[in-house]
Amino acid sequence: MLKTMMRRAGKCAVVAVAGLMMMSAQAAEPIKIGSFLSVTGPASFLGDPELKTLEMYVEKINEEGGVLGRPLELIHYDDVGNASSARNFASRLIRSDQVDIIVGGSTTGATMAAVPLMEQAQVPFISLAGAVVITTPVKKWVFKTPQSDRMAAERILADMKDRGITKIGLISGTDGFGSSGRTQTLEVAEQMGMEVVADETYSGSDTDMTAQLTNIRNTKGVEAVLNFGFGQGPAIVTRNYAQLGIELPFYQSHGVASDSFLELAGSAAEGLRLPASPLLVPDSLPEDDPQKDVVQNYKSEYEARWDAKVSTFGAYAYDGLMLAVRAIEEAGSTDPEAVREALENIEGYVGVTGEFNMSPDDHNGLTADSFRILEVQNGNWKLID
Amino acid sequence: MLNRFMQSRLRGLMVLALILIILPAFLGNPFHYELVIQMAIIAATVVGLNLLVGFAGQISLGHAGFFGLGAYFTGIATGTYGWSSVPALVVGAIAVGIIAWVVGRPILRLKGHYLSMATLAVGFIIAIILNNERAITGGPDGMPVPALDLFGWELSTFGQYSLFGLDISGVQAWYILVSVVLLLAVWFAQNLIESPIGRALRSVKGSEVAASVVGVDTAKYKSLVFVISAIYASIMGGLYAHFQGFITPAVASFEFSILFITMVVLGGMGSTLGVILGAVVLKLLPQVLADFQELETVMFGLILMLTMIFMPKGLLPTITAIVSKRMRKKAGGEA
Repeated sequence: MLKTMMRRAGKCAVVAVAGLMMMSAQAAEPIKIGSFLSVTGPASFLGDPELKTLEMYVEKINEEGGVLGRPLELIHYDDVGNASSARNFASRLIRSDQVDIIVGGSTTGATMAAVPLMEQAQVPFISLAGAVVITTPVKKWVFKTPQSDRMAAERILADMKDRGITKIGLISGTDGFGSSGRTQTLEVAEQMGMEVVADETYSGSDTDMTAQLTNIRNTKGVEAVLNFGFGQGPAIVTRNYAQLGIELPFYQSHGVASDSFLELAGSAAEGLRLPASPLLVPDSLPEDDPQKDVVQNYKSEYEARWDAKVSTFGAYAYDGLMLAVRAIEEAGSTDPEAVREALENIEGYVGVTGEFNMSPDDHNGLTADSFRILEVQNGNWKLID
Repeated sequence: MLNRFMQSRLRGLMVLALILIILPAFLGNPFHYELVIQMAIIAATVVGLNLLVGFAGQISLGHAGFFGLGAYFTGIATGTYGWSSVPALVVGAIAVGIIAWVVGRPILRLKGHYLSMATLAVGFIIAIILNNERAITGGPDGMPVPALDLFGWELSTFGQYSLFGLDISGVQAWYILVSVVLLLAVWFAQNLIESPIGRALRSVKGSEVAASVVGVDTAKYKSLVFVISAIYASIMGGLYAHFQGFITPAVASFEFSILFITMVVLGGMGSTLGVILGAVVLKLLPQVLADFQELETVMFGLILMLTMIFMPKGLLPTITAIVSKRMRKKAGGEA
């Protein structure tokens, strides 16, 4: 008796839910935004703030009436930092969920694994990963929001040049980020007429870089030291650098531009400089900085919503989503080719990461100036330039 | 006589072929095809690994290394040097076979945990090489692989083809291709098992000492099956690279090796169809659990634990045993 009643109730519920779903489908077809991010796993420090940002702003946009009168629907998968599952989820987004645009790909590996698919399926794709290979050479359907490592190298070397430094010692990680950064630094240095006189590397699992740093110190003519790396390595390099008492100006890359790096490196970080997003110093931006409002709003909204510290990686997702929305609005539809073309022609979008000016030859749209040079003073970031 | 032959060796193959023919009726969209294609590629690899683990009783925790080598060989030969796919796959398989033979001779002298450690190390070394030889492999960021070309046909998953007057999509063409490859892989494996080599291998598994006493050259047979399973992995790795269109050193990673061995254990060591089932289940899991990503590893562990406790022989052998027991009971009751 009870069983039949339960069964009947269940049937009713199913019918009701199905009815509701049909009703909402009739109201307005949502615009589907697909995303695959490394929310868990070794790259979760990228994917987690990115997902939170996307969720929060999709909600916000929907509350404000959506885009083109249609609500946004976010479909996201977690690729656990694994390139082949990133590719599979990208395929699922394209073929099964049939999304209109994809904003995702936390790591360069995940992005590049999905790129051939996007190109073949002709879906606009905004990547959130750094390496320069993603948009150089330009790929028709692929865009990205973070600055490339090449811009970081340009920014650092330009700052060195301003200080009259021409001979540098380089120490980099052997992981993807470090080695790509190393290649870019060597190229940029040559272009700018600077000389890399010492070139050392360390692997991700090394716990002491004293030997490499000693080699650099003993190289004649070194005027400044640059460390291109990600994760734990740079913090160890920084501590070793202080322990060895090296007096030369010390630079880190944008890879460690976060508050957690300051905690890891402690007082050893004092005086070092790095290129970073203005998001680290929202309050010291000058009043006439066009990014000031965007940066402050994003920071306060994110921190209010999630009760967690804002990170520059989440900002890449913010810019990615806003670029997508803007392109769809400008295209007036979700037709892939129209959206792609609108994306390619976006000009003067002021985001958290920088001001984007896309063009058919530049699917990143940022310049090296979008990086700010920060210096660590009294355990805090200080805006230098 | 014929009937008995059919039953023993070909029944499994027929069942598999039937499933592969019927399956497209249940595949709703191209993404489902993609999943099944990947399952078939992984399953064929695991069928090869099962020869080593299930029949010869030797363990390999570094099999993804050979899979990765095959994938990268194909990727580099076709992508960087412009070879066509078939020679790349064949030469890759031969090269990996030779590598397996060279490393297999010394390490297969080891037994038990020591053998596991040695194969583990082989896998690690291959993964490290793929990671560090940036100029050739593209390093940790991986490398793109061109679409498979088969006797002048370029088989892209987004293409459209016509076969015997039927219009088929790229994924369907791939599905047909990997189905044939999987059937060939199973057919070869089952024939090998029933051959004198197979009997020798099983005797090695039973007791290596006894096998050598009755005149089986155990070292030779162990290396042979190690090489065969590595060649399986290499060819399937090459196909996988073509299918994915992009490879990273993760294809040679330790996690991937463990996944392979788990598929063998879960599906049923020594059961060719069983390990295919194992591959299907474990390949499906991440997609089914896509909404509960955190749970994936937990489920993975739980499945392995429950299998070891309740079905030590693996999924398929346990199920068949239960079914045939039921049938016998029923038949007995009626008699």
